[in-house]
Amino acid sequence: MKATINITLKSGVLDPQGKAIENALGQLNFSGVNSVRQGKLIEIDLSETDAAKAEASLTAMCEQLLANTVIENYDIQLDKSE
Amino acid sequence: MSTRLNNLVDVTEDIAREHGLTDDEYKMIVGHLGRTPNMTELGVFSVMWSEHCSYKSSRKWLKKLPTEGPQVIQGPGENAGVIDIGDGDTAIFKMESHNHPSFIEPYQGAATGVGGIMRDVFTMGARPVANLNALRFGEPSHPKTRHLVAGVVSGIGGYGNCIGVPTVGGEVNFDASYNGNILVNAMCVGTARADKIFYAAATGIGSPVVYVGAKTGRDGIHGATMASAEFDDASQEKRPTVQVGDPFTEKLLLEACQELMASDAIIGIQDMGAAGLTSSSVEMADKGGVGIFIDLDKVPCRETAMSGYEMLLSESQERMLMVLKPGREAEAEKIFHRWGLDFAVIGELTDGHRMVVHHQGEEIADMPLTHLADGAPEYDRPHVATPKRPEFDASNVTHPAIADSLKSLMGNSEIASRRWIWEQYDSMVMGDTLVGPGGDAALVRVHGTQKALAMSTDVTPRYCFADPIEGGKQAVAEAYRNISATGATPLAITNCLNFGNPERPEIMGQFVGCLDGMGQACLALDFPVVSGNVSLYNETNGTGILPTPAIGGVGVIADYNNAIGSGFTQADAHVFVIGASHGALGCSLYQRHVLQDEAIVAPPAVDLQAERAHGEFVRATIAAGAVSAAHDVSDGGLLVALSEMAMRHGIGVSSQQQGDSAYWFGEDQGRYIVQVSADQLAGFTTAAQAAGVNVNEIGKTGGDELTIDATLTISIAELTRINQDWFPDLMSGKTA
Repeated sequence: MKATINITLKSGVLDPQGKAIENALGQLNFSGVNSVRQGKLIEIDLSETDAAKAEASLTAMCEQLLANTVIENYDIQLDKSE
Repeated sequence: MSTRLNNLVDVTEDIAREHGLTDDEYKMIVGHLGRTPNMTELGVFSVMWSEHCSYKSSRKWLKKLPTEGPQVIQGPGENAGVIDIGDGDTAIFKMESHNHPSFIEPYQGAATGVGGIMRDVFTMGARPVANLNALRFGEPSHPKTRHLVAGVVSGIGGYGNCIGVPTVGGEVNFDASYNGNILVNAMCVGTARADKIFYAAATGIGSPVVYVGAKTGRDGIHGATMASAEFDDASQEKRPTVQVGDPFTEKLLLEACQELMASDAIIGIQDMGAAGLTSSSVEMADKGGVGIFIDLDKVPCRETAMSGYEMLLSESQERMLMVLKPGREAEAEKIFHRWGLDFAVIGELTDGHRMVVHHQGEEIADMPLTHLADGAPEYDRPHVATPKRPEFDASNVTHPAIADSLKSLMGNSEIASRRWIWEQYDSMVMGDTLVGPGGDAALVRVHGTQKALAMSTDVTPRYCFADPIEGGKQAVAEAYRNISATGATPLAITNCLNFGNPERPEIMGQFVGCLDGMGQACLALDFPVVSGNVSLYNETNGTGILPTPAIGGVGVIADYNNAIGSGFTQADAHVFVIGASHGALGCSLYQRHVLQDEAIVAPPAVDLQAERAHGEFVRATIAAGAVSAAHDVSDGGLLVALSEMAMRHGIGVSSQQQGDSAYWFGEDQGRYIVQVSADQLAGFTTAAQAAGVNVNEIGKTGGDELTIDATLTISIAELTRINQDWFPDLMSGKTA
């Protein structure tokens, strides 16, 4: 079973990288960019076939390693089509 | 909580308590205002009266420290201390804690600690030239330790390396008392011309108050209150207050400030550190004896719908507050905009000595400044002296073979090489680092001159716990020794006083004792305190940390070509010990880690007269060219110090000295080991006699082994391997 995890900074946490992207877009004359926030996307392929178990396992991975839950949120999307 | 952060909520005693104010303090606030404070005013009072901002438990004792001397240009009370290093040059430095934020989010906590202390230094007109860090972690085997070490170290490196200021030194200890409360003390040293120093005091009614730097978000609201509260298991929930640092913005801020400082447009300048806009505006206006008006609608914000309460208490990083000469705004604005930074006139100085804040057209706060700053409560907390400890009892002790003890100490958490840490730091950027991490004191050239600054951070917490007075003396004396061992003259110190809960009399007794000892040493060694920081309530679930008054010493040498290193540099040179060796094993690493004896006994006594005499002798003989390497004897005693000198450049040493374990591992104070080449021998011994200093030849350099006749032979390669392996093994999980 495949899963996609989006990890983003919690709202209100300063995002220096997003700010750098925003400035760079301005320098390239892309107008109308109000703000940019960036994060990361992680794709994981699991041998687990039970969706509930997969989700529990992915949640544990996020809590312990993938996300810094002090300043980041995570969102798990399971691809159940397979 | 956000629903409460505005003035629509009526303040009650319960809300005051949630802000960390006692019932008596709340009554005082009501008395000063002559009415109930609103939410914004309560927030401002609570941070200004927090331990972190007001020093309410410590002020009485800090006043007793010696802070004066001919070398002192600015003592405690400003953003950082300033000392005269000759030729119109000054060194500006301070050390500050970022303990609680670093425990919650080690990378960002440590990074913003480094950023904050650099702003304290460059806000005074200095260019930062060196960073040091005094770190204390829990037991190596504790499950959180590796995570915290890795995060803190990369946070320090990340910020310092990005902004381009070298990290040149520091210290690390591991102890179970820091398991739930690590210490991250960051020190920054900068240089400036004596006629280009900037202070916080704001004067001139009508002068514009200007906000520069990054935008304000909801970062770290109540960080100052958090830093003044004990941790309990619920403190995990306080996490969203963590600030995120941006070293690239700080670099822009540094350069923009330096550019504006080259003109004469600035009246006063202060960085927005703990308690942000609140403490910076209160301190500037209070020091200048004026009032201040602030219109929060002018404050550049990163987030929408921030309340006045949130804007005043936000601890967003990389921001400064300035008071400019009237009419100079446009010139300053041009500079800050060119560096891509926000610039906003947010208010002006007023008469009346009050702080008045408007938001969305309404007055949301009106408070007397006197009561916010110097008028904060001052407590004379009850304190009980730490009981006198018995001397170490050497009877019934079975000593292992000296060679085994040495190997055990060289691979011990307290002595093992810190290379794993400092390899992650850029210690050479700026091109002026002469001696980086790993020596006694770091040496950094004063750019464009022959002068160099020597700097070191020191304290031995286990001594301070056993005997706060002797421990306090020892911390200052060790900084003095480390600087002297390079040939530089020690000039002044900063400190970062980390203790447990001051409301417990035995903890307050530790604080009082350590400051007593520090004060005695500062006086005896002409080594005054010019800046500092106090961090109390370092406890977890009622257990305090070891008392840890970290000392950051700074000295100067007129010509860096005369400075020497801590490692042996040549074969067939004579090796002398300066100072008497009585075999003091009490509180030694040998007692704790080799004998595994946890008994709390008396630490080695510090003879301040001898410290001074030995320091002066070492500096004089270095200046005369008689001594070509010097290392102070501290943790682990003589044999560890000898090993460190040998490992530095891979040059061995052999000794005919006969001694027992107490002789080789005792931690008697006031000692150095020095290398004297054969052609300097006569001059050195004559100088020692003339100075009346106890020197004792213990061996000769050469070969690639450490040899003590009839006792041990160990190759330098093996010592180095033992010493270097511990940290990488810990961090890769091999030893945990």
